[in-house]
Amino acid sequence: MLEDLYQEVILDHSKRPRNFHQMPDATRGVEGYNPLCGDKLKLFVKMDGEKVADISFVGAGCAISTASASLMTELVKGKSREEAVAMMERFHDLLTTEKHPADMGKLEVFSGVREFPARVKCATLAWHTLKSALTSESEVVSTE
Amino acid sequence: MAVATNVWPGQTTRENFPVLNQRVHGKPLVYLDNAATTQKPQVVIDAMNQFYQADNSNIHRGVHELSERSTRHYEEARVKAQAFLNAADWREIVFVRGVTEGINLVAYTFGRRHVNAGDEIVISAMEHHSNIVPWQILCEEKQAVLKIAPINERGELLLDEYEKLLGPRTKLVSMVHVSNALGTVNPVAEITRIGHRHGVPVFIDGAQAVAHMKVDVQAIDCDFYSLSGHKMFGPTGIGVLYGKTELLNKMPPYQGGGDMIRHVSFAKTTYNDLPYKFEAGTPNIAGTIGLGAAIDYINEIGLAHIQAYEHELLGYATEQLEKIAGLRIIGTAREKASVISFVLEGVHPHDVGTILDREGVAVRTGHHCAQPVLEWFGVPATTRASLAFYNTKQDIDALVAGIGKVKEIFG
Repeated sequence: MLEDLYQEVILDHSKRPRNFHQMPDATRGVEGYNPLCGDKLKLFVKMDGEKVADISFVGAGCAISTASASLMTELVKGKSREEAVAMMERFHDLLTTEKHPADMGKLEVFSGVREFPARVKCATLAWHTLKSALTSESEVVSTE
Repeated sequence: MAVATNVWPGQTTRENFPVLNQRVHGKPLVYLDNAATTQKPQVVIDAMNQFYQADNSNIHRGVHELSERSTRHYEEARVKAQAFLNAADWREIVFVRGVTEGINLVAYTFGRRHVNAGDEIVISAMEHHSNIVPWQILCEEKQAVLKIAPINERGELLLDEYEKLLGPRTKLVSMVHVSNALGTVNPVAEITRIGHRHGVPVFIDGAQAVAHMKVDVQAIDCDFYSLSGHKMFGPTGIGVLYGKTELLNKMPPYQGGGDMIRHVSFAKTTYNDLPYKFEAGTPNIAGTIGLGAAIDYINEIGLAHIQAYEHELLGYATEQLEKIAGLRIIGTAREKASVISFVLEGVHPHDVGTILDREGVAVRTGHHCAQPVLEWFGVPATTRASLAFYNTKQDIDALVAGIGKVKEIFG
């Protein structure tokens, strides 16, 4: 159902993305790219030890990818590296598997994406980029 | 086998295309992604089935009945392709997988032979990746230079600027006949004339042209022309590279293998004549026969009828879409065919595409494998509706209604 995909929260975050700005003093800046559709985003992360002290993004993408990035920044701010990566894995499960992880919180709004396989990559682009920012040295992440 | 066809463009031809008769997400399918690939009429499907059910055999080898039949049907398709493009000789028709392979063949053979360090190849700013990347690979290998002829804000090639790029180092011009992202119809005869004025051979990428207009390679006078079967109601994996005999003869082979040789010994191998020199290995025989059937089918309807019908349909679609507030058409050339690319203010094409899909309307969204030209227009992606003669005004109305639904959701 289209209504499950384009829920109010998603439309709201796509039109008014949160934490949508550059961050000159970020500790990591990683680009995420979906070559299939040309969606691009740049994620900025400021780490304080193991903690995500601040996070923001810029870029141009569809409603799903923009809302996903926006909600992600809200949710991982203040979380530990480990917590953020675990959240990414649960989010990935929500979108791509039959299991429906509990306690998805606000991310629950993306459960409708599973019914639109062509759009899963839109929703996961920001998270892949975050994972790279937190766990590897790569400066550019591609969904392909 | 005789299969009845309805041969007037529009509603009646839909009966010839089994795939069009279905519902998608509960809505009648409206297929507007013809620039990506076209649907296949029953006669094409039947011709390929017939080959596998009754004639399957390898070609150019056996002395047995089936092999002779296969060879005959395969070579008949070549003659059909020759007539379709009005090539002077059947030997100028080389079967390839599609335009991508046609371009790569010329880049690897003509390019490797004639392009050296400091030489130049000229393409346009509206090319598909398939007419950019093979030349980039060649230029990198040979330390040659790729030059880009610019376009204006309507998406039309600037002929004067193009001519300024031609010089003593220019070895080849390669340009698209009809742009897949914008719908622009390029003045290919003029482009060729200008190239020849500077002694430069010209390749024309006909992928988006051949299903929509009569192409006469002798009238254009281009040196190479390439088409893809699947974009003209034929199967995937088969296409044609046309080349002038004189040039093809001077080119080294593309791939080595069976059928492209005259005599093989470990000391020295001699190559076969045209076109077989460029057709190594067992080809896509069923696909070639399917392509032949597609040419027959197009000829039954007539490209003049197709062109007139589609011109009116494109006009109707443009008029209807222009009425939509916040919609901007990308590509407004005075000569256009079959493609309408657009952006909708505040909504990403991917979201447009998903919502249209749920309304049964199939369009392409994204960069259409033509990222440089979209960058030029300052958009990362567009929604593209592309037409074929089986589309109708009702299809356009469904598209417009679907865009209404997009605006409803995105408020």
